[in-house]
Amino acid sequence: MTPARASIRRELRILHPADEVWALVGDPTRLHEWFPGVTACEVDGDTRVITTRSGIPMPEQLLTIDPLQRRFQYRITAPLFKEHLGTIDVIDLGDRTSLVVYGTDADPATLALVIGGATGQALVNLADLLDRSAPAGHDAPSHEPAHAAT
Amino acid sequence: MGRKILFVTTDQQRYDTLGCNGGTIARTPVVDALAADGIRFERAHPQSVVCMPSRSTMLTGQHPSTHGVWMNGVPLPVDAPSVADVLHRSGYRTALIGKAHFQPYLDPFLRFEENAMSRVGLPAGRTHRGFEHMESATHGPAGPLHYARWLVTEHPEAVGGFYQVLDGSLQVNDEGGGDTGAPQVKVNPIDRSWYHTDWVADRTIGWLESLGAEDDWFCWMSFPDPHHPWDPPQSEVGRVDWHDVPLPAGYPERAGDRERIIGDKPRHWRLWYDGELVTNYEAPARWVPASLTADQLREVLARDAVECELIDEALGRVLAAIERRGWGDDVDVIFTTDHGELGGDYGLLFKGPYHVDALMRLPLVWRPARSARTGPVTGTEAEPAMPAAPAVVTRPVGLVDLAPTFCAIAGVEAPSWMQGRSLPVSDADAEARGFERVLTEWDSAIFGIDVHLRTMMRDHFVCTAYRSGTCHDGSEGELYDLDEDPLQQVNLWDDPDRRALRDDLVADLEDHQPPVRSPHLLLEAPV
Repeated sequence: MTPARASIRRELRILHPADEVWALVGDPTRLHEWFPGVTACEVDGDTRVITTRSGIPMPEQLLTIDPLQRRFQYRITAPLFKEHLGTIDVIDLGDRTSLVVYGTDADPATLALVIGGATGQALVNLADLLDRSAPAGHDAPSHEPAHAAT
Repeated sequence: MGRKILFVTTDQQRYDTLGCNGGTIARTPVVDALAADGIRFERAHPQSVVCMPSRSTMLTGQHPSTHGVWMNGVPLPVDAPSVADVLHRSGYRTALIGKAHFQPYLDPFLRFEENAMSRVGLPAGRTHRGFEHMESATHGPAGPLHYARWLVTEHPEAVGGFYQVLDGSLQVNDEGGGDTGAPQVKVNPIDRSWYHTDWVADRTIGWLESLGAEDDWFCWMSFPDPHHPWDPPQSEVGRVDWHDVPLPAGYPERAGDRERIIGDKPRHWRLWYDGELVTNYEAPARWVPASLTADQLREVLARDAVECELIDEALGRVLAAIERRGWGDDVDVIFTTDHGELGGDYGLLFKGPYHVDALMRLPLVWRPARSARTGPVTGTEAEPAMPAAPAVVTRPVGLVDLAPTFCAIAGVEAPSWMQGRSLPVSDADAEARGFERVLTEWDSAIFGIDVHLRTMMRDHFVCTAYRSGTCHDGSEGELYDLDEDPLQQVNLWDDPDRRALRDDLVADLEDHQPPVRSPHLLLEAPV
């Protein structure tokens, strides 16, 4: 039978240093700048409420913002989810580039794919945003193609 | 002034639901008349048996491996090739009204353009995939599409009458209804004129009436039915009394016979039948096919037939509107669907990785413009033939051939990225131009389960080779002789007497695989 929960992973190598990437990923107020379909987000303590393009507000609990490991974790607390955990890791590859891994665990499984499916484009948007923010003269490709498993 | 094109698609309609194809349950006089006056294809196959890949093939004229939409939930890139764009650039007015489904529907973020379009519209002067006008609908009132917003706004009291397609876990719902508790059946009290079939026809007529008399146009009118759920307006359900519906030839009445036939096929067939494995999102996750009763099947088929009749009548209204505009002699009408429906064959419903006629043999009728019926009865790719008389084509063709056919009708050279060829107008034309085989592919990979099939129909054989996946090691296959076994109940794959035939077909199948898109597109939603 179809499993109740599912785990989705998307990853992208971004041609920017890990500290630059983390400066965006680790700032919970800036998600709407790079996650597709999110038009606004508001943070109050460990609570974040995002607004989707369809106008739906979605409450989240911020769980981990660890600048040493460069790990960001959050949980969507909307009642549609029985369980949710989003994890973003920014991994320093040592050559002034980064591997960003975005994991989505959820019950029901379908929602894991709905959210996780958007994270691939989110990572591409993140790389594009970093490019636009880069100093003049930085015109190299910002990322390599994503690979993912479902 | 050139030929105009009305491209009519339905969703998940079996070949045998049309009277002109031998169907006996639904009355389809409008399509039957088009067939009698045009070309009826007896072996039209989709290149995928699910919606998004198949519709992407219609639009691009490419196989799924090439356009990259390998399964529902994989969005077709917005800049993908489009026959509508080719026609628009050639001066055609272009519209798509009804079910598009080039991008996933399950989209709470509203991040896909085609879902946001009912709110934001198309910027003036801009097209989307070559369409200057799009109004979208799917199987009910949920979601952001134009039909749903229209119904919620204009007739909110009708919204609750539809079947809820997804359950509380967002899985395809298995709840039963009607008289028999059949899955995805519901009594829907909606007024017939508010149902999506008539809405699609109404909106199509509205767009056609907005055009100039001299305009050339390409209109894709895309009905969401008879795809499940089976919840047509209750006022129409009495057209077909389910008690009178005969069980289909493909449905063995004895459970032992069903199990024997399915047991002869690769193992995912039986695993699904027993409810032990659902490999994809194309059927209710919690429904067990073995639990389907004969009466439930009768009720499903009766409601499916009602939906087919409503489509036929809606098409008749659109054709009447075209006549009123004075375009009656100048319009090519092509009627088909994106894929079939298991419809009780082998005791199964819905669809999945099952490459048999129930899902692959499609209705396809082309009624050429009467004003164009001059010229050779066999043609070339540069100058396709024009039929002087009605015809039946028995040679294999595919939905991949539609886009170049539209180009041929419009007098536009088919771009090199199209992989099909303009449809033949007769068997002689098909033979002269080498229509020998048609390909279908399946790739699914969701929640840790993957299934991969490659199929070819050639001569009177259907041959499917399995790639390795979760429940296959890559050695499995299916081989059916359609002459000896039209219901595909005897799998000849392991028959030693057919080994040479099998090897020949598999080699041919592999030799004709289309180029694979790179980079691989990602699954972004379940559907």
